[in-house]
Amino acid sequence: MIPEIGHFALILALLVAFIQGSFPLIGAARGNTVWMGLARPAARAQFFLISVAFICLAYAFATMDYSVTYVASNSNSKLPLQYRIAAVWGGHEGSLLLWAMILSIWTVAVSFFSKHLPDAMRARILGVMGLISIGFLLFMLTVSNPFERLIPAAMDGRDLNPLLQDPGMVFHPPMLYMGYVGFSVAFAFAIAALLGGELDAAWARWSRPWTTMAWVFLTTGIMAGSNWAYYELGWGGWWFWDAVENASFMPWLVGTALIHSLAVTEKRGSFKAWTVLLAICAFSLSLLGTFLVRSGVLTSVHAFATDPRRGLFILVFLVIVIGGSLALFAWRAPTVGRGGKFDVVSRESFLLANNVLLAVAAISVLFGTLYPLFLDALGLGKISVGPPYFDTVFAPLMAPALFLMGIGPIARWKQAALPELAKRLRWAFGVSIATAIVLPLLLGHWTPMIGLGLFLAFWVFGTSVSLIYQRLRGSGQSLMTRIKSPSRSWWGMVIAHLGIAVFTLGVTVVKGFESEIAVRMQPGDVAHLAGFDFTFEGVTEIEGPNYSASRGQIRITKNGVERTVLAPEKRVYTVQNMPMTEAGISPSFIHDLYASLGEPLDSGAWSVRIYHKPMVEWIWVGCLMMAFGGLLALSDRRYRLKNRSKTVVQGNDAEVSA
Amino acid sequence: MKRFLLPLVVFLTVVGFLAVGLNLDPREVPSPLVGKPAPMFSLPRLDNPEKTISTKDMLGKVWLFNVWASWCGACRDEHPVLVNLSKSGAVPIYGMNYKDTRPEAQQWLEAGGNPYIASAMDADGRVGIDYGVYGVPETYVIDKAGVIAYKQIGPVTEEVLRNKILPLVKRLQTQ
Amino acid sequence: MKRIFLIRLITVFCFLLAVNTLIQTAWAKDAQPLQKDAVVEAQVQRLSEELRCLVCQNQTLADSHSELAEDLRQEIREMAAKGMSDQAIIDYLVARYGDFVRYRPPLKASTVLLWFGPFALLLAGAVGLFVMLRRREKMTVEPPLSVAEAHKVSELLNKES
Repeated sequence: MIPEIGHFALILALLVAFIQGSFPLIGAARGNTVWMGLARPAARAQFFLISVAFICLAYAFATMDYSVTYVASNSNSKLPLQYRIAAVWGGHEGSLLLWAMILSIWTVAVSFFSKHLPDAMRARILGVMGLISIGFLLFMLTVSNPFERLIPAAMDGRDLNPLLQDPGMVFHPPMLYMGYVGFSVAFAFAIAALLGGELDAAWARWSRPWTTMAWVFLTTGIMAGSNWAYYELGWGGWWFWDAVENASFMPWLVGTALIHSLAVTEKRGSFKAWTVLLAICAFSLSLLGTFLVRSGVLTSVHAFATDPRRGLFILVFLVIVIGGSLALFAWRAPTVGRGGKFDVVSRESFLLANNVLLAVAAISVLFGTLYPLFLDALGLGKISVGPPYFDTVFAPLMAPALFLMGIGPIARWKQAALPELAKRLRWAFGVSIATAIVLPLLLGHWTPMIGLGLFLAFWVFGTSVSLIYQRLRGSGQSLMTRIKSPSRSWWGMVIAHLGIAVFTLGVTVVKGFESEIAVRMQPGDVAHLAGFDFTFEGVTEIEGPNYSASRGQIRITKNGVERTVLAPEKRVYTVQNMPMTEAGISPSFIHDLYASLGEPLDSGAWSVRIYHKPMVEWIWVGCLMMAFGGLLALSDRRYRLKNRSKTVVQGNDAEVSA
Repeated sequence: MKRFLLPLVVFLTVVGFLAVGLNLDPREVPSPLVGKPAPMFSLPRLDNPEKTISTKDMLGKVWLFNVWASWCGACRDEHPVLVNLSKSGAVPIYGMNYKDTRPEAQQWLEAGGNPYIASAMDADGRVGIDYGVYGVPETYVIDKAGVIAYKQIGPVTEEVLRNKILPLVKRLQTQ
Repeated sequence: MKRIFLIRLITVFCFLLAVNTLIQTAWAKDAQPLQKDAVVEAQVQRLSEELRCLVCQNQTLADSHSELAEDLRQEIREMAAKGMSDQAIIDYLVARYGDFVRYRPPLKASTVLLWFGPFALLLAGAVGLFVMLRRREKMTVEPPLSVAEAHKVSELLNKES
């Protein structure tokens, strides 16, 4: 009964989506206020209906209803409750429902926080989001129904993939979807502006907080995925340039470019067409990612069960949505006027250089991901494009961007002078060069990549510290007053940039200085790595809720003083009979000590891999700092609704706001 | 304002490729050995480990080389097709038992029928690597000069037999 | 008689237990590396990280636990032990499995675009940006907003309802 209610709710939601996607848009074109007014109630009704459907599916999982095919394929009676709920998005059909759910959350949020927008614009934005929703609901109701019945019902489910039975599963997909589905708002703003012909600085001002919020979620979601892979997969890797990872990273790159471009458009009214194009591209890449993951066109560890029929549906949807929006762009963008004038050397141009670099990076990642497909389609053979390619190509593209990150924030709007910039950057430059040369030599190992990575990380550190110092220094006021004086937007920028420096430092140090050993250990054996002693104390057999495991115990000591005990496990999940390793990790700011069990060998010995990963946690701390910076920028006074009557847009040349 | 059309054009090009991609299998690994001489091997026979079977014995005739194993599910699917083919006598079939044990392999042949004139035993999979085997079953069509003319990845179905393998065999036999 | 025998048995047992524990703790061994030759193993690891597991859903030979991956790693190990160079080992595998097995695509006519494309694009982007900035620098300034337009702007931005 409950699954049928869920199914019915989806059908109703589709009807509401049709209303939401048609009347407001036509109404906006014709000036019909009644039709435009349908947008908000439709958005809220859709949110309600899709939530009902989502709750029904969650209920089916919670109550172990194996008469629903999707539940039978992704759950099991021994699966703990939290993973049964997370299993709602563990497979293709359910994750589509999550997509639709999150789209409706963003839509209803826009319907509540859009009182300051002109009616026509609001109607168009909600209308466009309604159109997108139609696509996903139609997809579910035709070829991917999560509520499909299994008759006769299964005795028990096939269990959720053991790799997904982890807290990361509860966290990572929803965060990620909030991110790249969230770019649909920026997309809708862009389309609304193109349709209405009102492309100006005000549009950028309204669009920016939504874009930043989506970006914050996406940053957190990608970080969560990377961290999860690190501790779950057992080999200490945290990024593989897998097709699906790239599918989330490309919107992030374009989204970052978009945030910076919106800054230029908001401040100076310039490059509106380019900003609109970025907004369209960011969401298009999200949709493209959805296609790549579910169509079977590329292989990936993340790919859902594939079906060319589903692939075809999404492809047609892509052509309509992306093709339509790019056609609209080609038609309307030429009529958009130019904004303010600025010099070749100015903050605007540094921001645009950032855009060019990020756009080229995103295109390169897309190119590398799709290249094997291109060659295969042309009959030119089959190749693989993996981490060696991406690492080689991506780092040189990002290096200039990191370098510019130090210069942009101190450059004046409209007109900046290179000599003046050089003078202010001297100190930071000196510090970073010195560190890049001296530090690796002290640590015993220097390569060009380490040198470059350290230089860039300390460059961004140094320039940020310089910037803060110059901004906060002596006006006689107390420290707290001085800290509060720059806007939150400015602080957000500084912290986010520092986050990137932290991230870069983590990546450079871990890749340059990590070490590992693969040893055979009998109880009592001691292995040595990075100055630590690892004593293997044997293995005990334990039983989990739906798995049986061999849990090893490894005591870590340094100079006889005990540091900690690791407990790596080798599990076998009973339902799918699938083996899995759980690494034993001792994390800290300085390094991670990481051990994973291999195979049992003869006479009680085990093969064990032990890793020393210096500063690896800085990678995720850096990402969190970026996300925090974004949140801080979002809470800036000029976006607060209560203060709306007091603040007025000022196009000023000072460095106060970012 | 033609440059504004550029994004759309690029997008449609990519879509074209994606559409073609829907009909391709990204996991299929075509063999670089097609058109090259079949790697030499000399392995013990399954039925009589004292005797060996080698590629030299096959020179001068067109033959099918089928890689199989008793633990392989898909091999079970293609087995009746091969048995029928062997009965028709159109082309001799030689097998290679891949990473298997003798008793289990022989039992499997007894149960399902033996379409092979003889089967070689590749217990450690080395010859398999030489032939670029990555997933059983795989079947090669080898011509009179010992050159690999075609490789079938996955089970041999009636359709594949009818449309690809038999016509090719006929053509090679008349050479 | 029986009791004495039992006591002796238990004593011997305890003695053996003590000796065993003593051996295990006093002679705590250094764990032996899984593979004897560290140099060869380093080469195997380096190559395995660049080669693809053919039966997996996108994993390197180093990370895969599949049987074929184990067989191929063993094959690489034997070739490395014979002193074959990285390129020779890669060529050996490519001869059997094609370019698909390499995660670093070889530079050929068909992959020139792949390897040089991004940098060419970067160059084009940089040049394009510079040209556009120059052009913008020379352009005339837009006329400022009229009073009515300025009024509309602040109205739009301050709209409350």
